[in-house]
Amino acid sequence: MLLIKCPYCQEDRPEIEFSYSGEAHIARPLNPDDLSDEEWAEYLFIRSNRRGLHHERWLHAHGCARFFNALRDTVSDKFELTYKMGEPKAQVKK
Amino acid sequence: MTLHRKPEYGRVNRGKPINFSFDGKIYSAFDGDSLASALLAHGVHLVGRSFKYHRPRGFVAAGPEEPNALVTFDRGPGRVTPNVRATTLEVFDGLVAHSQNNWPSLTFDMGAVNDLFYMLFPAGFYNKTFMWPKSFWDRVYEPAIRKMAGLGPAPIDEDADIYASQYMHCETLIVGAGPAGIAAALAASEKPGRVILVDEQYEFGGSLLSTPNMVINDIPAWQWLEDSLAILKARENVTLLTRTTVIGYYHENFLGAVERITDHEKDLSSHKPRERLYKIRAGEVVLATGAIERPLVFQSNDRPGVMLASAAHTYLNRYGVVVGEKIALFTCHDSAYEVIFDLADAGISIAGVIDVRDQVSETIIAAAKARNIEILTGTIVSGTSGKFRVSSLRASKIEDGKITSTWEIACDCLLMCGGWTPSIHLFSHSKGSLKWREDLGAYIPDNPNENVISVGACNGTFGLRKIMTEGAGGSTEYQVNAGAFGSGIIPATFPTEGDPAKVKAFVDFQNDVTEKDINLAVREGLKSIEHVKRYTTTGMATDQGKTSNLNALQIAAKAVYKPVQQVGLTTFRPPYTPTTFGALVGGKDGHSFHVIRKTPMDGWAEDHGAVFEPVALWRRARYFPRDGEDMLAAVNRECLTTRCSLGIFDASTLGKVEVIGPDAAEFMNRMYTNPWLKLKPGSCRYGLMLGEDGYIMDDGVIGRLAENHFHVTTTTGGAPRVFRMMEDYRQTEWPELDVWLTSTTEQWAVIALNGPNARKLIEPFVEGIDLSEEKFPHMAVREGRICGVETRLFRVSFSGELGFEINVPAHYGRALWETLFIAGQKYDITPYGTETMHVLRAEKGFIIVGQDTDGTVTPMDVGMSWAIGKKKKDFVGKRSLSRPDIMAEGRKQLVGLLTDDPNIVLEEGAQLIANPEQSIPMDMIGHVTSSYWSATLNRSIALAMVKNGHALTESNVYIPMPGKIYKAQVSKCVFYDPNGERLNVI
Amino acid sequence: MKYSALSLLTNAFSGHKKWPLQWPDATPKKSYDVIIVGGGGHGLGAAYYLARKHGITNVAVIEKGWLGGGNTGRNTTIIRSNYLYDESARIYDHAVDLWDGLSQEINYNVMFSKRGVLMLAHSVHDVQSFQRHIHANRLNGVDNNWLSAEEAKAFCPPLNISKDARYPILGAALQQRAGTARHDSVAWGYARAAAALGVDIIQNCAVTGIKRGANGAVEGVETERGFIGAKKIGVSAAGNSSVLMEMAGLRFPLESYPLQALVSEPVKPVMPCVVMSNSVHAYISQSDKGELVIGAGTDQYVSYSQRGALHIIEETLASICEIFPLFKRMRMLRSWGGVVDVTPDRSPILGKTPVPGLFVNCGWGTGGFKATPGAADLLAHTIAKDQPHPINAPYNLERFTGGRLIDEAAAAAVAH
Repeated sequence: MLLIKCPYCQEDRPEIEFSYSGEAHIARPLNPDDLSDEEWAEYLFIRSNRRGLHHERWLHAHGCARFFNALRDTVSDKFELTYKMGEPKAQVKK
Repeated sequence: MTLHRKPEYGRVNRGKPINFSFDGKIYSAFDGDSLASALLAHGVHLVGRSFKYHRPRGFVAAGPEEPNALVTFDRGPGRVTPNVRATTLEVFDGLVAHSQNNWPSLTFDMGAVNDLFYMLFPAGFYNKTFMWPKSFWDRVYEPAIRKMAGLGPAPIDEDADIYASQYMHCETLIVGAGPAGIAAALAASEKPGRVILVDEQYEFGGSLLSTPNMVINDIPAWQWLEDSLAILKARENVTLLTRTTVIGYYHENFLGAVERITDHEKDLSSHKPRERLYKIRAGEVVLATGAIERPLVFQSNDRPGVMLASAAHTYLNRYGVVVGEKIALFTCHDSAYEVIFDLADAGISIAGVIDVRDQVSETIIAAAKARNIEILTGTIVSGTSGKFRVSSLRASKIEDGKITSTWEIACDCLLMCGGWTPSIHLFSHSKGSLKWREDLGAYIPDNPNENVISVGACNGTFGLRKIMTEGAGGSTEYQVNAGAFGSGIIPATFPTEGDPAKVKAFVDFQNDVTEKDINLAVREGLKSIEHVKRYTTTGMATDQGKTSNLNALQIAAKAVYKPVQQVGLTTFRPPYTPTTFGALVGGKDGHSFHVIRKTPMDGWAEDHGAVFEPVALWRRARYFPRDGEDMLAAVNRECLTTRCSLGIFDASTLGKVEVIGPDAAEFMNRMYTNPWLKLKPGSCRYGLMLGEDGYIMDDGVIGRLAENHFHVTTTTGGAPRVFRMMEDYRQTEWPELDVWLTSTTEQWAVIALNGPNARKLIEPFVEGIDLSEEKFPHMAVREGRICGVETRLFRVSFSGELGFEINVPAHYGRALWETLFIAGQKYDITPYGTETMHVLRAEKGFIIVGQDTDGTVTPMDVGMSWAIGKKKKDFVGKRSLSRPDIMAEGRKQLVGLLTDDPNIVLEEGAQLIANPEQSIPMDMIGHVTSSYWSATLNRSIALAMVKNGHALTESNVYIPMPGKIYKAQVSKCVFYDPNGERLNVI
Repeated sequence: MKYSALSLLTNAFSGHKKWPLQWPDATPKKSYDVIIVGGGGHGLGAAYYLARKHGITNVAVIEKGWLGGGNTGRNTTIIRSNYLYDESARIYDHAVDLWDGLSQEINYNVMFSKRGVLMLAHSVHDVQSFQRHIHANRLNGVDNNWLSAEEAKAFCPPLNISKDARYPILGAALQQRAGTARHDSVAWGYARAAAALGVDIIQNCAVTGIKRGANGAVEGVETERGFIGAKKIGVSAAGNSSVLMEMAGLRFPLESYPLQALVSEPVKPVMPCVVMSNSVHAYISQSDKGELVIGAGTDQYVSYSQRGALHIIEETLASICEIFPLFKRMRMLRSWGGVVDVTPDRSPILGKTPVPGLFVNCGWGTGGFKATPGAADLLAHTIAKDQPHPINAPYNLERFTGGRLIDEAAAAAVAH
């Protein structure tokens, strides 16, 4: 069971309090009607599914009920950091 | 009383003699014995039969690594546990155990015929045969194989015991309470953090329990142990857990451990849980899990009486049991000499030491000479004899890798020592990397992946002084009198006398995997260690290869002429030892498995004979039978009464969300397909929600209570996911919107009243709301009081009749329900459940999301284009509705169906075809989504999703059922009161 | 050497010293007509069918580890085809047709055991959903029948059909010709059969890149052992499909999730069939060795770690013991994790890609093993003909743009 630091609660809490919410930093297009079918399908379905550091969203469902972003290594499952919604995308150190 | 006990040896409680039974025979034992030690005390070595060849087997070890001595532990019905290792089963007075995998008996086992035909059962034999004739696999071969396989008996009765689980937290978790673990605990607990020390055995001490002659810091080992445990017990920050096995090491220092609580207790009347699962989150983990002695792989090394040297040591010093009267040792490592010297000092006759090495140290030679023990160097054991117990061994002199001479040595026990394997299981679970130590012939921990250190033998550190000093983390320098571990070589394989193909030198005792099986796998090209393991099944028995894995690895490496590291290592997989399902369930079974959500009126429904159905986590009343009615009769009556007069329905399970804030209407506008900006406060609207993929996700009536305030309802099952999705958009896509959401599902009890007398019933109870048709029209919502309680009163109808949904704070729900029910007697009020609700809405053609839709249905498909705000620029799912395949011809659309024979109620899920003249596979054009007998219409009705259905009105479709084909006509979805006149009751 | 009882006997007399290699470890050639990336059942099977059915034998299967070391060797071996949609029923039933007779065809006993798969219905909604499956299957010629709770109990005696259960069993759908097979044998059997037809099997050789020419078409793969040329490349690397597609510059609608499974200690026969419960999230069968083989759910987050989690095991066993209280005293022997790649509609992608010469077989989620021979055959067909077979044509990448998804899970959605 992962240990996740909620950036709002500022506490390490067990994974079962949280709900994974998919890849992060995929903003909903402001004007969906302007998108081609391909572009819309890209927004809906295409995911980086990165092997390594992965930007993703979590919901502190059984806690503060806030969504936040995280950078996590999908090979080791370790969190590099978690940060609040609206904060700039975490840079991946080379 | 027994022949094989040494009176002055051991830790068993001789003041407490007890009796137990094995295979129906009663034996004596002492409190503190394991089943293994107790049987050995009676000279019983034969305890089991092997998996494949049914060879007689005895004890190999004294601990959890035991591969052979599996028994069925029988405490009566519901308490039969197969495959229990006799070496870890604590004996209590009255214990009953049986041997297993033999028929008719342990000494005369028919299955042993397999051993005679062993040549027909090499590794992977089943891949090569049993293929002809084809039909025989299912009917003949497989049932026969299954019957042969399986070790212990399958359960017959439900488990009579209970289990528990709990979380624990600590700064330091120490796994293993041998000398390294205790030293670590003493050091760690001097600091303020919480320390948990765990050991799988029933008493702490690990190897110290088998080595009373050691002296630690000038104190005899057992005294030191007692003193140290007293110190630890006295420290408030220390938790000591015996009989507790750490089974797995998971992410972020999260470990599972199982404590055995009652298996050793004679008296079960206290109703304690049998086992408890601890889920431990530790700041730091110290692994002090020790090492396991390795068997040697030689001809007939599986005969009862052949065992690990360390096991004999434990039986002697811990249990006071002598494993033989004339004991020989076969070793390649110095460590076993300590055992043989201890045995000799106990007065046991030593048949000789066979050491594969050409030389041993002067110290050993001197010590042996002093005890008159003969050491044969450069010699191996090339075979053993004896029926159910070893009676002699064959010693063979080796020169240049070949046997030059062979002779017999009589013995009744043969000890073996093939070096030591550090127990890195848990470290490996934690995904730490391993490195190969050539001198040990074993892997040890390398880079950790968690906050963990390994100390002592599991880290490849041997010798008591070094182990303890490492355990203490350097904080204490321990002095010990002896315990020089010495060194050894790792021979892996030995030359054989005759044809190697006929030699049965066992690697994995339990699964009957021999050296030649591993060589065969390699010869056939299955060279990776994972292939070897899977092809031969080595290491896959219930001991998970604790004694066999490294032997298998080294034999395979030798066979492919590669260094061991290049052959790899099979992955260690949790649990460390087999773990009871019940412990892992930990009490979360029966009605604790998943909570049952109940509405405030549930008790009333139960009192009034409701039949319930599960809907998501809720249970809902399905119908209320009277006087022996079946479901159809009850539902017919409920429907007719509701349509003619009045019905009362518990709608509390509907999801509810408060949407409040200056941007509430804008938020609703974006989430739902419908337009919300212009909806007047005090009005309701049917809301339709799509996923971003354009498919219908949820629906419900939504009331606008004020400019900034919506009361949203959702489906029962959809509530959590709808709320989550709303929060997701609110928080992450539209943080600029000033709006707040609160889930209020369980805050409100909801009573739906339907029928022409609905208004008459509530009128006398309602204050502050004008209920007249003009002031409170259909699809209006008002706040006021009912029976003095605040209410949100909706005038809505899911039945087509005059309807109200009364929301009151949940704890008033039942009282209000009872009040209305009593007052409703004059209208012949009927309670009704979900089934009648379904029929009434189907008669009106209202869909149920999840029944008439299935996650692939758009609003257009169900004829609900009207619910889409045409002028809206965007809402969730809008863009997906214009994708080409969503716009394409030929999508399934919702229609009504009327069977030609009005008495036929179609099966929900039945498939439709257009042309009855076809054979399988048929061209299916749709399926029935809802189907009922309508008492109101006195005929059957159905809803269906049909390809291009909207264009097929009045055409015929066919429903092929087994043995018959029904015919039906496509109709509109609304079967009853198409103009909605019944809503207008003045 | 043909495998048979006779050859086993003959070899017994010679001490089993004369068994030939099941497949030789090939040294990579400079180029091949076709390279299959991924040495699991799907990839090895595809190589076999390329050689056997299409006469294309200049083929290499490249595996980064050992054959069958991915999901082939990590799954719970359930085989069934009672799916709802025509497209799904067709592709899985094609696989079941091939399973039946596979042992004889490749002369390797894969132990396909038609012991029947029972799917339990626990609610009125489940019953409706299963009836829809059963009626559709019947008209599609796919075996699937409804059993009452009592009939289900008669078929599988350890079932708890008490009405008091938290999730009472209202009945079950039974596919009799469904069952299990021995997972490792499938990989080894295909490897041996393919190698016998001339296919090169290259283990311990990770693909590090996919090379494309000026016209965009594939030219071969970069590997740990150098460049290997091929005009056609089939990728069949469950769990790692995204990583490989990215090497060719393609982004795919896939996410990789950890999936766990476990086995109990072996006991004498007690489970005569496979039982699945979607409402309670559990599936179980008993292996020929006597172990209860139990499937757990996927963990919630994207991961390539193949590392399990205890709380998933707890939930899974709670589910199993709910349906089979009898098994509460059984003991878990071993648990492990795999990585499955999942598409948005949880149906596979099997066909051509936008890159000429690059073919893909991925996204089988938790259902890949049962499809093994079918997927292999269809991948081989698509590669050989450069166009999909009608059975796998709907499983294209374009469906995510157009919206013609094949969503079995959505079809079982629960609401109301």
